[in-house]
Amino acid sequence: MGLKIIVCAKQVPDTTEVKIDPVKNTLIREGVPSILNNDDANALEEALRIKDKYPDTHITVISMGPLQAKDMLIECLAMGADEAILASDRKLGGSDTWATSNALAAVIRKLGHFDIIFAGRQAIDGDTAQVGPQIAEKLGIPQVTYVSEFEMDGDTIIVKRALEDGYERIRLKMPCMLTAIKELNKPRYMTIGGIYEATKKEIPVWTAEDIGVDLNTVGLEASPTNVFRSFTPAPKGKGIMIEGDGEKELARNLLINLKAKHVI
Amino acid sequence: MAIKVLEEKCTGCGVCIDDCPFEAIDMVGDFAVINDKCTVCSQCIETCPFDAIIRTDEEDDEHDISKYKDVWVYIEQRDGKIMNVALELLGEGRRLSREIGEDCNVCGLLIGYETDHLIDELYAFGADKVYQIDDPLLKNYTTDGYTKVMTDAIREYKPEIVLFGATHIGRDLAPRVAARLDTGLTADCTRLDVKTDTYIEYLEKNTTLDTSKIREKTDDVNLKQTRPAFGGNIMATIICPKRRPQMATVRPGVMQKAERDDSRKGELIKVNHKLSKSDIRTEVLEVVKAAKERVSLTDAEIICSGGRGLGDASGFELIKKFADKVGGVVGSSRAAVDAGWIDHSHQVGQTGTTVKPKIYFACGISGAIQHLAGMQTSDIIVAINKDPEAPIFEVADFGIVGDLYKIIPQIIEEWDNAEALYDESTKTKSQTKSA
Repeated sequence: MGLKIIVCAKQVPDTTEVKIDPVKNTLIREGVPSILNNDDANALEEALRIKDKYPDTHITVISMGPLQAKDMLIECLAMGADEAILASDRKLGGSDTWATSNALAAVIRKLGHFDIIFAGRQAIDGDTAQVGPQIAEKLGIPQVTYVSEFEMDGDTIIVKRALEDGYERIRLKMPCMLTAIKELNKPRYMTIGGIYEATKKEIPVWTAEDIGVDLNTVGLEASPTNVFRSFTPAPKGKGIMIEGDGEKELARNLLINLKAKHVI
Repeated sequence: MAIKVLEEKCTGCGVCIDDCPFEAIDMVGDFAVINDKCTVCSQCIETCPFDAIIRTDEEDDEHDISKYKDVWVYIEQRDGKIMNVALELLGEGRRLSREIGEDCNVCGLLIGYETDHLIDELYAFGADKVYQIDDPLLKNYTTDGYTKVMTDAIREYKPEIVLFGATHIGRDLAPRVAARLDTGLTADCTRLDVKTDTYIEYLEKNTTLDTSKIREKTDDVNLKQTRPAFGGNIMATIICPKRRPQMATVRPGVMQKAERDDSRKGELIKVNHKLSKSDIRTEVLEVVKAAKERVSLTDAEIICSGGRGLGDASGFELIKKFADKVGGVVGSSRAAVDAGWIDHSHQVGQTGTTVKPKIYFACGISGAIQHLAGMQTSDIIVAINKDPEAPIFEVADFGIVGDLYKIIPQIIEEWDNAEALYDESTKTKSQTKSA
């Protein structure tokens, strides 16, 4: 029997396209496209590479979000995933990472047996890197985050985990959760044939009731964290002109100022 | 909690719709209506000119949060050496614990094997207590091992706040611990507040947010955890009002270490644990230290960019030397690319790469609009230019007017002395103050 792989994906606004209105000091979001989250594309790519090698591998992409996230899932199918499922329900809206992981863990339980779950390390809109590990915790499986290399031998997996100052090599058994960083691979493009096939596939939408999740553990009210305030930082005024007698003193005074700001 | 529009006050002006970062408000008939995309970020509440948008709070007393006290800092150590961020967090934890109250301690949670030699250092940097968990199985970091001993210790001793460095290890461990404890976790914080007064002070200095509504609740002692969101385009303050502990990961390099005082002593608590080999399902085969690979412009923490002011192509040799010294990546303005001095792949700006490093050095770059569009959200911008009227100085945090060929070599020479120079400057300052 082939491997069963689950990929967790999120549709996100392309935050690099977001600009700040210099007059009103607010976010300009017109024309900001929604995309498949970058790290999630690496997660899917790694699953697809396993499928390239072992064609009887089955890849299911799951996501939680509003119905428009179907567009992103179609993209995943066009890249080569076998099926895609969207958990979408008002009752799931406003979930923080804890509540989101409860919902996605319920989706995965409903899907039944799996061997590997791939997720992106983090989403570019929230940058928390929490949902992957929290799903693993809710499912009671081991995890490796920041995966930059992947090898498989039977049911044993050896991965490279990136650290700030180097890396670790880690061995573990399936089933497990691995979170991908962009060093892991280069995601493929959709193919014309893939797009054609993908548009023919149906993407099931599962409600909170469908996934059988305890409603006290999902959604806005159940979430332990809330946004207290959010704001755009005030535009910064003109900076400081460094003074000094001669180049050496100028250089030194600059470094003192940078040090005081904790940036070096 | 939810956001609600009061129809009797809503005039249908649509200001909130333009302002919502999540496209979560629609105009239905004559009123604004909140849709599914709402994250309760509350931006619209501040924006609405008619006070027509409110938040509905519902309290529950299910979890007794009063039993939790003290601030804990996860002391991340690698290879028997404490990570700098752990010491920074002890400094910050000390500040927060003093805000909470006199009987609140800041405590280091030290997990590892043979870590006794680190304990005095933790006292010296401000820890009132050190909770130590020591076992051969904890020699290397493993998610399973560290999560188990840490959650057990938190359940036993009930800290009110737990802080982690937002490192690759902290961001692996914290979400797992928070999920097992079913509590909240805020990622990558850049500011923490307990007292509402200091939080309001911060808001007023750094934002245009109306703080009058926060003032009504100044007795609030929830940990206010502020972090960049939406790719750094907005800041959000997160609270965890109903669960304990309140947990956060904090960016390295943001918080301030306490001054080292080797005479300071504290209390050591050796924590019992029930970890066994079978609990750990991953095996660390090797840990390899490697020099950081050259990163791309988008990921660079420091960028040294050169422009027309370099004069000719050879100027980029100096920029390269500068970048090598500071661990940065070479960037350029469009003018330098058009002149054929450097490849387009280095170009920063609207038609090049958009960057947001911690420090952006603009050397001999005048600051055309199209260049500014690609770099003005950098955390710190340093401009070096001969022309004091150059527009780049309008966006720079620090500017130096002068000859970059004379100034940059001096910065390279003094770079490694920055800490000593800074220490000396603070001493001179305090001396002049006391004099």
